[in-house]
Amino acid sequence: MMNKTGVPLLFEISTPGRRGYRLPDLDVPEVPLEELLPAEYLRQQEPELPEVSEIEVVRHFTQLSRLNHGVDVDFYPLGSCTMKYNPRVNEDVAALPGFAAIHPYQPEETVQGALELMYNLSQYLAELSGLHSATLQPAAGAHGELTGLWIMKAFHEANGEGHRNEIIVPDSAHGTNPASAMMANYKVVEVPSDGRGGVDVEALRKLVGPNTAGLMLTNPNTLGLFDENICTIAELVHAAGGLLYYDGANANALMGIVKPGDTGFDIVHYNLHKTFSTPHGGGGPGAGPIVVSEKLAPFLPGPIVVKQGDRYVLKQPEKSIGRVKGFYGNFSVLVKAYAYIRSHGAEGLRQVSETAVVNANYLMHHLKDLYDLPYNRHCKHEFVLSGRRQKEQYGVRTLDIAKRLLDYGVHAPTVYFPLNVEEAIMIEPTETETKETLDRFIAAMRQIAEEAETDPESLRSAPHYTPVGRLDEARAARQPILRWRKA
Amino acid sequence: MRYIPMTEHDRQAMLASMGISSVDELFADIPEPLRSAGDLNLPPALSEAELVRHMKALARKNVNLEECVSFMGGGAYDHLIPAVIKHLISRGEFLTAYTPYQAEISQGVLQSIFEYQTLIAELTGMEAANASMYDGATALAEAALMACGATRRNVVVLPENLHPEWREVCELYLKNQDVEIQYVPYDEETGTIDHAALQRLNSASLACVVVQQPNFFGLVEDVEPISDFIHQAGGLLVMAVDPISLAILKSPGEYGADIVVGDGQSLGNSMSFGGPSLGFFATTAKLVRRMPGRIVGETVDGDGRRGFVLTLQTREQHIRREKATSNICSNQALNALAAAIYLSLLGKQGFKEVAYHCLQKTAYLRSRLLEMTPFRLKFTAPAFREVVVAGEVDWENINQRLLKEGFLGGLPLKRYGMPDAALFAVTEARTKAEIDRLVELLGGMS
Repeated sequence: MMNKTGVPLLFEISTPGRRGYRLPDLDVPEVPLEELLPAEYLRQQEPELPEVSEIEVVRHFTQLSRLNHGVDVDFYPLGSCTMKYNPRVNEDVAALPGFAAIHPYQPEETVQGALELMYNLSQYLAELSGLHSATLQPAAGAHGELTGLWIMKAFHEANGEGHRNEIIVPDSAHGTNPASAMMANYKVVEVPSDGRGGVDVEALRKLVGPNTAGLMLTNPNTLGLFDENICTIAELVHAAGGLLYYDGANANALMGIVKPGDTGFDIVHYNLHKTFSTPHGGGGPGAGPIVVSEKLAPFLPGPIVVKQGDRYVLKQPEKSIGRVKGFYGNFSVLVKAYAYIRSHGAEGLRQVSETAVVNANYLMHHLKDLYDLPYNRHCKHEFVLSGRRQKEQYGVRTLDIAKRLLDYGVHAPTVYFPLNVEEAIMIEPTETETKETLDRFIAAMRQIAEEAETDPESLRSAPHYTPVGRLDEARAARQPILRWRKA
Repeated sequence: MRYIPMTEHDRQAMLASMGISSVDELFADIPEPLRSAGDLNLPPALSEAELVRHMKALARKNVNLEECVSFMGGGAYDHLIPAVIKHLISRGEFLTAYTPYQAEISQGVLQSIFEYQTLIAELTGMEAANASMYDGATALAEAALMACGATRRNVVVLPENLHPEWREVCELYLKNQDVEIQYVPYDEETGTIDHAALQRLNSASLACVVVQQPNFFGLVEDVEPISDFIHQAGGLLVMAVDPISLAILKSPGEYGADIVVGDGQSLGNSMSFGGPSLGFFATTAKLVRRMPGRIVGETVDGDGRRGFVLTLQTREQHIRREKATSNICSNQALNALAAAIYLSLLGKQGFKEVAYHCLQKTAYLRSRLLEMTPFRLKFTAPAFREVVVAGEVDWENINQRLLKEGFLGGLPLKRYGMPDAALFAVTEARTKAEIDRLVELLGGMS
């Protein structure tokens, strides 16, 4: 990493008169501004944009990039985020002018290639999920969840069961699940986990009823464990008249092995920026298409692509809930995910999932003696350790372990999640890492376990070798400075 | 497989170290009938060369804007994009990073978001901005919900000249939260919000009035009376703005807006068939803790060095779950980075020039059309970058004919109930020669 000198803000290197881009000269006859716009419509105070040259912009952002970790830099075992390698050829094909330089309102006959790609991607996702029809419109996983819940609501209302107002969510669920349920105006009912880390079926039996709209579940769940009772869970929810929603954040474990539709799910979302390798870009863009069963297909948001003869056309589903986003979705993300699926084929995707599961079990096996493992079973694509022992015996928290890992050049796992594990450390290696990288991570985690015992202070004050030391988050929240201001 | 480094030797060694004989053992907890092994119906795997050939063939089935001259707008615009942007956002440290949860090794993303937030706050004239939303439409829907929360009222006023897709998105988000939408019509002559109709609304229950500036027809709204009306009513002014126009038009901050959103595609992002772009979201200091989405703040490390972190996280889903201000998690960070790079390259002067060129070139198209063709203008209000052209013609047919000449014509407004009209956009990327040729072609088709 870098030496510890900060990069100044763009605004701090601004010099009056500099610019980084020159427009062509205005070639139409100019009309005085006051003839085009009334004076009272004009801006009085001009925005403080920086004045910098092209090379300064390039160096500024290049220097910033060097302060940042990415999958391209080193290992990124962030649980539930599936930080796999992002194939560069997919960036190239998404940037082809035939995909990147097309307007969303072009006549359909001029975008047949784009529509064909969207149609086929929908078919592939339907095949992977074991369900019927897809929408590619949602921009992210949470957006897909919300879309799925709106569809659920529309379905119940169409059946005269609009009173169903409860969504059941496991205590191990991603935070987006209850938040999405709230956005769709549902009441959230939490179901606890059982001793093996799955949904507590007996508790669920008592929770389902005439007000149940549905259950949201990820399988494997956030502990990385396959819920063996999934068929019973599905039966209970369906018998009560509810629907099953599959949070696809963890789909990297099961491609070509289990189809969520076969296990009783009615609605599935996929995070294309996880399972299908489109890059996360420092927080987005992602894409969260959803696939639904045949009875829910009429409710999908529109437009969707349908095939009429050998033409592809945009069409609004018959009882559509409406529109969840402008235009058709994060199209260039869809292009990359399509390319990923085409690069792999059925057997390739199955190998992706198998390898991801082998890698996760390998790490778990070689770390479970030093850190507590709350659920000692084979995991799927990820697993959750607990830093309980280190906290109780040495006063070293999971946060300290995470920060110390940064000194070893790897990103920390997801920490303090899921909420049903104390001092949780959630590790997801993905299939694209070498055995050597996994061994290096094991060695680092073992070294840190030893340091917790012999030199706990070095963990509590970690990280030591990063561009900045541990940052004061409490201060940031107490006295928010959310922007630069001209002095 | 191309992206899986594990060799057969690695696999055997790893399984052996775990005391496991086969991969199947790791899946033994999945009930047998649920395993659908090997029966996926997907096309066979392609090598890189085959993939590129296949993708190029698909791309060629589309007419792209390098092959034709676009006068189409309606929410996605053909602006000039500086070459530097794609190179910088392709750097792996930005491209392949997740949300910056571990601040100490994410200062690049965090500082660039802080700079982006500053740029958006400056453009909109507001106190603070978040790290981005999915797009303009969803940002507006969340702004309306935020206004309801802040005012504890549940009526949102949308103008009839709001982008029809944004309206649809708002309807879906709001109706599912039991928010009532009231529509205010636009004046048939000017094309801008009918202020008299607005005054007739029962103001006591209004959470906010939304104004799109410029509106869907590209016309500049007179916002001052609307701002006065809603503030006297105790509600909020929500503005949905085009970012380029802010270089010239009075800023939302100057109008006293409470929440400002917009779509940032124009700021250095390719059109890509409508996505990804970004939604920007800004507000006042008073309302900042009600904002949805990620926010970056400045702080220090143990040695007093400046650094940046995700902050005010108690608003967010991963902390507050069902009590969060929104469910948003992934946003459009890389597109926001592109916007920040765009704005820094253009800078104070260049950004004003972009807006000024759009304004002048749109005015030129308008005057040439009126001079040289029988077409007329649908509305009289001042236009920024788009103009609604009217004439008793079939605009879809006109567009087909224009396409043969290498032009992507205006957006026919038939689908929005205006069969005689089309919406033409003129950005700084259009030349005088292109505009003249378009006018000539249209003249021959009227």
